[in-house]
Formats: sequence, structure tokens, C-alpha cells
Amino acid sequence: MKLKTHFFHSDQLQSLLDALRNKGYDCIGPQVRDGAIIFDEINSVSQLPRGIHDEQAAGYYSLNKSRSSHFFDWANGPQAIKPLLFSAKENLWQTSQSSGGQLSFNNILPESRPLAIIGVRACDIAAMKIQDQHFLQQQFVDPYYKERRNNLLTIAVNCSHPADTCFCHSTGDGPFTEEGADIVLTELQNGFLIQAQSSKGKQILEGLSLEDGNNEHINESEKIRQKASRQNKQLPAFNIRSRLFEELKNEAWHSIAARCLSCGNCTAVCPTCFCHSEQDAPTLDGLASTHFRQWDSCFSQGHSYIHGITIRSETSQRYRQWLTHKFSSWYEQYDRSGCVGCGRCISWCPVGIDVTESISQVIGHDPGSGNGEKND
Amino acid sequence: MINSSLNPYLPQEAIIVNRVQETPTLFTLRLKFTEQSIQDAYTFEPGQFNMLYLYDVGEIPISIVSDPQDSQIIDHTIRIVGRVSKGMANLKIGDKIGLRGPYGRGWPMLESINKDIVIVTGGIGCAPVVSVINYIEQRRKEYGHLNILQGVKHTADFIWKDRYDKWRELPDTKVLLTADAGEALWPWHIGSVTTLFDQLEFDPDNVFIMMCGPEGMMRVVCDHMLDNRVKASQIFLSMERNMQCAIGHCGHCQYGSKFICKDGPVFSYDEIHQLFDTQGF
Repeated sequence: MKLKTHFFHSDQLQSLLDALRNKGYDCIGPQVRDGAIIFDEINSVSQLPRGIHDEQAAGYYSLNKSRSSHFFDWANGPQAIKPLLFSAKENLWQTSQSSGGQLSFNNILPESRPLAIIGVRACDIAAMKIQDQHFLQQQFVDPYYKERRNNLLTIAVNCSHPADTCFCHSTGDGPFTEEGADIVLTELQNGFLIQAQSSKGKQILEGLSLEDGNNEHINESEKIRQKASRQNKQLPAFNIRSRLFEELKNEAWHSIAARCLSCGNCTAVCPTCFCHSEQDAPTLDGLASTHFRQWDSCFSQGHSYIHGITIRSETSQRYRQWLTHKFSSWYEQYDRSGCVGCGRCISWCPVGIDVTESISQVIGHDPGSGNGEKND
Repeated sequence: MINSSLNPYLPQEAIIVNRVQETPTLFTLRLKFTEQSIQDAYTFEPGQFNMLYLYDVGEIPISIVSDPQDSQIIDHTIRIVGRVSKGMANLKIGDKIGLRGPYGRGWPMLESINKDIVIVTGGIGCAPVVSVINYIEQRRKEYGHLNILQGVKHTADFIWKDRYDKWRELPDTKVLLTADAGEALWPWHIGSVTTLFDQLEFDPDNVFIMMCGPEGMMRVVCDHMLDNRVKASQIFLSMERNMQCAIGHCGHCQYGSKFICKDGPVFSYDEIHQLFDTQGF
């Protein structure tokens, strides 16, 4: 199905935010804070990182002035959608104990409000679809994630300036959002192409005064796509999925582990990592206790704890667990790789470990030749 | 029992109806949901587990050892290891805890009808298979030869002598017990479980092996069975990993692509043989 494409001028971007607010959405958008692009509440387009460009490399992230006055001349920041749906820390239920020792258990469901997030990338939409699979489409539905997901409207902006760490074209997840968002924008020289990808998105568009997108706009957009698809970083071409498990005893795991701090930054910024731990927080008076969950990492000491034993005591074992899960066992779980090519784990690794290089080190093929699914 | 449209994370209150001190470090809690309608609706299969919650402290996964036929009581045998189990050991009859479950896939009781059965356990690994033995006892004619092989490290670790004595009396049933380190008055075998393999009675083409315990022990049993023409698809293992949510969300129990909490904890050997006994998984 060919989706209808519309156009609006750059100075009308505020009316999109206003339309969302009029429909009852609180808006979340990108903004510069503490030297990075982060997502938080936004009311005015003046808060957007206009004329800002990001420079990313292994263990490196820096914002600079861009050569244009575009709103979206950057690739991504450390987080986007994941914390909005799968909260970094949240209460699950509370229990209280009566004087007679009776326990009562009460749900604590999130007080969710309609949220519209603007400026997310194709990689983030792809990651959200994976988290949807994990939290919503298995035997058990996660009521916390579901509540927030039902209230989220996504406005993707196609990526025009992938960073040097990006490899979404290699994983097949970008740079353009083909489906899965509610609305998708492409920033052109003088305005935006806008397209609804869902009925929710369509309703928003109906309230805006839009021109029809013409061939010139579409050609310009196509050029942006082609340029943004030329990414230097790629996954090795050969069958990563089976090769990783053939190389469990490879020496490379140890040489990578010699650099890895086991800090878990990669899993914290990864938009698909879903591990979380559950704990209890008793109140000071001892009359109640709150059971909460928070993000956990397979790089933590406690992740593999079992009755007095730590299954993965070595960093090499933890890195191997992360990589083999993300790029291999994930296929059996969710029918695709767990990597969307956003490159965050590369930029935000304090010692600059590059996941694409790690894979090629382990499986013995050069990076930069494909999508990792070719059979040799 | 689990209504997945409700919050699958939320426990229900249960009461300790009875408590048995099995050894200094091992105890059994006999539980019942406070709410009778929840108890009445509760059913489980041998090999499944529940999440038990100790007030103010947290949850632990514990396999169910009672008989699925008994609709009014749910037994859990617990070893004192961590914060939760230590605290639970201090609970008394009448105390309340949280309970949710059952979770996971249990033993292949229907698939193994008319087959010979070999049950091998080590340490207190016997807990997850007690319900299997009870199940077969109730339906003794539906199964072939029954072999129960239990190994313990020290003779003091051996519990439930009465039950083994009773099982020994079942028709067509062999009970083999061994301790790695023998002591005075230990009437059974001394040595590892492997030293008793030649006493097992089964038809390799028509047998189901069910085991739990240390993975090193299970490795030895698997190798022995495979060498004796038993197919990998006839060998079943109960696996353990860190479990916090029990519903396949928290990620801790992942074993390759498997979530032990929901895809297991019981697996056939051909489902997990590629990773089995690989350090770090």
C-alpha cells in the first residue's frame, strides 16, 4: 500500500506539537542536556536541538554546531523510547501485613497518560517492535508495559545524518522508518514530508493544514535516504547466528574481556535489552513492603546467581552471553537479531569496544561486508 | 490456574498448614491458599514450580513436591541457602506467605505411559521428582519397570527414608541408594550413582529417563544412557537458573534461546544438548 504523503513548511512544526497537545498528548522530544541529546517533555519547537550535529565514535559522543538550521541533523542520543515503555525502575505491587499476620497484595499499575514522542529514529521504532514482542506477544502479557504502550504515539523522523557508529542499514532497520510508527517525518531543505503509518497517526494529520507532497519533495527525500544508507559501519556478512555458537571457546572472548569493564553501559543504552531484577523495599515502620523491578544487566555479578553460585563469574563469560544472545539465540526467541544497528553500545562504551569488531574478531570475518545473514 | 489476563506478577496469600524439618538445612512447608476458591482452582503438573514470597524480603522459585491429586495442599521442600530461604526457615505453622504459580513445563507423564522409567537424582535434587514418583504410584499399571536411583554426597543428606521404603514395596520397582562418602550404619551402596548403572532394569528402546540434580551428575547419566542406545529425546532433565519473574520477562534464566522458567524447567536432552554443561551458560 502506498501511503499518502503530505508536506508542511518548517515554520509550521509548532502546529504539529500544538495539534498533539490539543488531542490530549503530552509531548516528549529531543533536546540538548548535559552535552547529549536526550528525550524529555517539550512544548515548543525552540527546545529542539536545532542546528546541532552529533559526532560519535567508539567511546565518544560530542555535540557540535551543524552547517544547517535543521531540527534533526543528528543521529541519536543515549536513550529514546525504551525508558518510556519499560521503566528503568518501577513498583509492581505492594504488600502490607496486619497485626494478625495477614498479608494483602495490591497491584501498583502505572498512572499512565497519553504521550507523543517526536523525533525517534527507525532504529528506535524497530527496537520498540522487539520489546512489544517480548513484553506483549508472549504467553504472559506485562501489564506495566502494556499500559504505557497503549498510551504512546510515535512520531519518527527519518534519519538524514547517521553517526559513524550507526549500522542500521546493515541490520535492515533504517535509516528510514518503513512501518511501525504512528507518524513519520522526513526533514527536507524547507519543510517536512509527513506520513501517517497508523490510524492513530492519521487522526492527528487530519487536524493539520497540509499540502500534498509533490514529486520534488519525494525525490529530495529519496536522495536523503540514499545518502543516509551509505554507512561505513556494517556487520560481517557471514552467518553470525550459527558462527558465534561454534566459537564459544575462541580466545577472542578473553581479549575482549581484557578491555571490558563489565559496567553494563552497553545494556543500559541498548534499546532492546529487557533484563530486569525484582526486589523488595520495606517501609520504615515495617507495616508494608513495595515490590519493584529495575533494569538489570547480564554484565552484573548477580545476574547469573543461583543458590550460592555465580554461573558467569568471568567477564569473558558475560560478554559472550550478551553477544551470543543479542546476535544468535535472539533469532529463536523473536525471529530476528536483537540488534537494530543504533550503535549506542559503541558510543557509550567507556573503553570503546565496538560490537561489530567484536563479532568479526570472534567469527574471523572482516566487518563491513553485509548484514550477518549470508551463509558461507 | 494462572490467569494471564490478571497481573501475573502478583502473589496471593497462602498459609503454612504444616512444617517439617527434614534435616538441619532442609525443611518442607505445606501450604494452602487462604482464599478457598483460589485453592480449589489450583492445579499443577509434576515438575512445575511456584514463586514463594517472604514478607519484606522477596521471592524464590521452589518446585512442588506434593501429589497433584491432592487439591488441598501444596508442599515445597526448601534448602536454606540465601536471604529468602533463611527467613522462610523461621516461619511457623499459621504464618502467611505469598504464593503465585504454577509455572513452567513439567515432566512428560503422558508421553511416558507404558514405558520403563528411570529416575536419577543427586543431592536434594530428588525434590522435583518426588511428585513424579507419587504420580506413577497412583497409576502403577500404566508404566513399565520403575527404577529410582538416588545419590547423596553424605549419608546425612539422605531424607525421606520412609518414602523410599514405601516405594521399595511397589510392584516392579527398584530403589537404589548410594552415598559418595559412607558412614557407619549406612545400609546401602557407597560410591557415585554411576557405580549402580548396571543394576538398572529397562529396555533402552522403551524407556524415559527423568533426572535432576547437579549438572555434572546429569552429564554422566546422559553419556551413559546415550552409550546404551537411549535416544536423547527420551532423556529428561530438570534445569535450574536464576528466576525472578517466572514468566519469561526478566531474562535471568535464559539458557541459550530457552527461558528455563517458561520453556522448562524440564527439557529433553535433545533440546539443550548443544549448551549443556558448557561453563558460563
